[in-house]
Amino acid sequence: MNIFEKMVALDRRWVFLFLFVVVSFAYFFRNSFSVDVVTTKEVESIYDFIEGAEPGDKILMSFDYDPSSLAELHPMSRAIMLHCFRQGVQVIAVTLSQYGAGMVEEVLRDVSAEAAELYGREVSYGTDYCFIGYRPYPAFVILGMGENFRVFFPRDYYDTLLDDLPIMHRVRNYDDVKGVLSITSGTTSDMWIIYGNARYNMPLALGVTGVMATDYYPYLGNALFGLIGGWKGAAEYEQLVDQPHDANRGMPAQVAAHLTIVLFIIIGNIGYLMSGRKKPKIGV
Amino acid sequence: MKRRVPLTIVFIVSLFMVIQYFVPLDSWAWMYQYLIDWTIIIGVFALLLGIWSLLRVNYEKIQRKSENWQYSIVTLLGLFIMIIVGFVPGWGNLENYTYQHLFYYVLVPIQATMFSLLAFFIASAAFRAFRARSALASLLLFSGLIIMIRFVPMGPLSEPISEIATWILQVPNLAAKRAIIIGIGLGAAATALKIMLGIERAYLGRD
Amino acid sequence: MRYKCIIAAAVLFVGLILPQALFAQEDAEVPDSLLAEVQLEPPPQPVVTEGVDRPNDNGHKLTVKWKYPEEGVDLIEGFEVYRSMSPDGEFQLRGQSPADYFEYFDIGGVDKSDPDYMANDEDYYYKIVAIGKNGVSSESEIGGPFQTSGQVFHTGKIPVLIGVVIFAFFTVYFISSAKKGKELYVRPLAGIEAVDEAVGRATEMGKPILYILGIGTAADIATIASFTILGRVAKKVAEYQTDLIVPCYEPIVMSIAQDVVRSAYLEAGRPDQYNDDMVFFVTNAQFAYVAGVNGIMVRERPATNFYLGYFAAESLILAETGNSIGAIQIAGTDQITQIPFFVVACDYTLIGEELYAASAYLGRDPLLLGSLKAEDWAKGILMVVFLIGVLTVAFGWDGIRELVRVNL
Repeated sequence: MNIFEKMVALDRRWVFLFLFVVVSFAYFFRNSFSVDVVTTKEVESIYDFIEGAEPGDKILMSFDYDPSSLAELHPMSRAIMLHCFRQGVQVIAVTLSQYGAGMVEEVLRDVSAEAAELYGREVSYGTDYCFIGYRPYPAFVILGMGENFRVFFPRDYYDTLLDDLPIMHRVRNYDDVKGVLSITSGTTSDMWIIYGNARYNMPLALGVTGVMATDYYPYLGNALFGLIGGWKGAAEYEQLVDQPHDANRGMPAQVAAHLTIVLFIIIGNIGYLMSGRKKPKIGV
Repeated sequence: MKRRVPLTIVFIVSLFMVIQYFVPLDSWAWMYQYLIDWTIIIGVFALLLGIWSLLRVNYEKIQRKSENWQYSIVTLLGLFIMIIVGFVPGWGNLENYTYQHLFYYVLVPIQATMFSLLAFFIASAAFRAFRARSALASLLLFSGLIIMIRFVPMGPLSEPISEIATWILQVPNLAAKRAIIIGIGLGAAATALKIMLGIERAYLGRD
Repeated sequence: MRYKCIIAAAVLFVGLILPQALFAQEDAEVPDSLLAEVQLEPPPQPVVTEGVDRPNDNGHKLTVKWKYPEEGVDLIEGFEVYRSMSPDGEFQLRGQSPADYFEYFDIGGVDKSDPDYMANDEDYYYKIVAIGKNGVSSESEIGGPFQTSGQVFHTGKIPVLIGVVIFAFFTVYFISSAKKGKELYVRPLAGIEAVDEAVGRATEMGKPILYILGIGTAADIATIASFTILGRVAKKVAEYQTDLIVPCYEPIVMSIAQDVVRSAYLEAGRPDQYNDDMVFFVTNAQFAYVAGVNGIMVRERPATNFYLGYFAAESLILAETGNSIGAIQIAGTDQITQIPFFVVACDYTLIGEELYAASAYLGRDPLLLGSLKAEDWAKGILMVVFLIGVLTVAFGWDGIRELVRVNL
């Protein structure tokens, strides 16, 4: 086997090893080089929406992801919530994912404490934010919340009557919130568009994983007023709220990973072209 | 008769669901909600069926000492620990220290790890698949390369690459996706119609 | 002359300036009542004009409209909307409207136990209160009675109904044609043609076949399409006496799949070879399921993998693992985001509707082929409508677009 044939037949484990080394290096030495994060219109729209909200306005945030998407979606959840607390916008949190409750609790707890420290104001449960809980079958829950949140959530996650929470006073359904933000990694995003926005016409924005983002560009401007896609989108939002955190820290690693993949594609093609276009064995 | 009853039920219920879509009255919405509630109830009972299947399969593996039977013990242990910790009154509930720890320090890292495998598999799949075998394959290759490097700082080239990448995503990519979505939509409608009319009967089992 | 000027100046000073300096009062205090009257003038009164029932819904909603003079808009903060079931009854605050918006969409509760319950076909009275910037408000005359009602038919969905009727007509027509023996051509699908080859390969190698129905529920169309293909594959597997492994994500899917496979074995004349453990539940957690199936692949090393159904992010993990063990892989999904992953990692991929069409291909049943033809015709009509619509809109006529618009 000549060098080019070896390039074509390169064992995938070398690819895994090289990628691991490059990404680890880029992550641990991330302070040595920075990546300019250029903000996009679809992310800025969400920022402008919350920035333009009045203190006391409410938004519904639906955390519809599970631990597998935590790396991509947690940073954007955190950045959006920090922004809301900075503006005095009240957050009604809900989850339509069976593992979402743990995610929501973690982000609410951490971000409220962080916001109190950063902005020098108390951020308290029941007044500035609340968590109404989880129910299965997202489509029905979305439809039900369009009539009244209390249809599926008579009590919050901590078993307090919704009517006993100051934040939920005079909040019946989507008409009483400024907008809905769904952070999701699955089909719940489609359900929010079909059953939420199409039926009730409330302002809707999505935060999705990178691979899903391209699917929702057609909806921008009509069903969606904004879209945050993946880690890069989260980094953009962190930059807009001036709170660089996990997403920004991870951008060098993401760029390094992309470049590594590009490098291997080039290696594979050089080998393929120079070896007379021989097909590699199955399993390589 | 054995097949006629379920087929009739399917026809009547699906006809109702179709009509219900066009009728906004309260009573129809109530019936729709009632049927949906039943779906949830059946789903919960089906979960018991699934747990029984899991228990039986793994128990038999342990009993017969089949290959890798030790992993079946781990499976069953994981199942019972989470059930007990989540359910036992007074000791187990969602606020419980043990449950929270098992969730945050076992389940969350494991799920995140499995998802992270995708990064490595994408690299190996891209290495294997993106070859300039033909004109179309070359076009796919260059489009893929442009999309991947759009986030990489490339100095003066960054902006044109970003614009080309955005155009690729928002024009040809979107056009192709919309075409596939329309086809899928029609296919789904046709399949639903076939199920409703009893032409598609595979879900009933015996033909 | 000089003396005259001095005398004139002195007279002016004594006559005009001195009295003012000596006797001028301090700025007169305006009485409080007069001040109050001047500063707290109420804004103009709104006039309730109509209460309009929202069309195409189940009722319980009303849009109340009023008139307000333009010059009054700058004097007010906004409006408050009150509702009562009788003109003499207690009026409850329903909501607020900005100063420049003269209507309010009142959404009532649907359930009688809801404190906001708004019954259909009953009288409701409204009054609008303009809240002045000076804190003084003015109330409108009571408007009403207005009623809400539910509609029997949603007229905004008429285009959908027409589409369904046309599609159903084509389906019935082509099924009838197929039943009469008309030959219907369908283009070959590589993925389906390869099923026989894939099953044969597994038999020759003495390795099992792994069939994955995806992570969808039994209600997903892709999963239902997959059941049909599973039946065909299971029948072949039974005939060839190869092992079949079907790990399931959803319990209902598992019980249906067990029935499908059992029936296939019975049809092939080998009911004794069927074992319930062939089709088993793994877990309904996405990545736990993937880990389980990957483990099965690495341990059992199947010769053929089928991935047919609804898949999400786990598609590439499954396909790459299958590729690493050297299995021939046939995939099919209706998830756009996962199709590229299957295309790069699998040998054959059914894209989108090809998965739904697979059942027609495998069985060549005239009824199924007829519905496939109906789909093709519907697509053709849609393409023509799109083209006409695009051209007409480009030339400034919205007629076609408005004709097909669905107002939910």
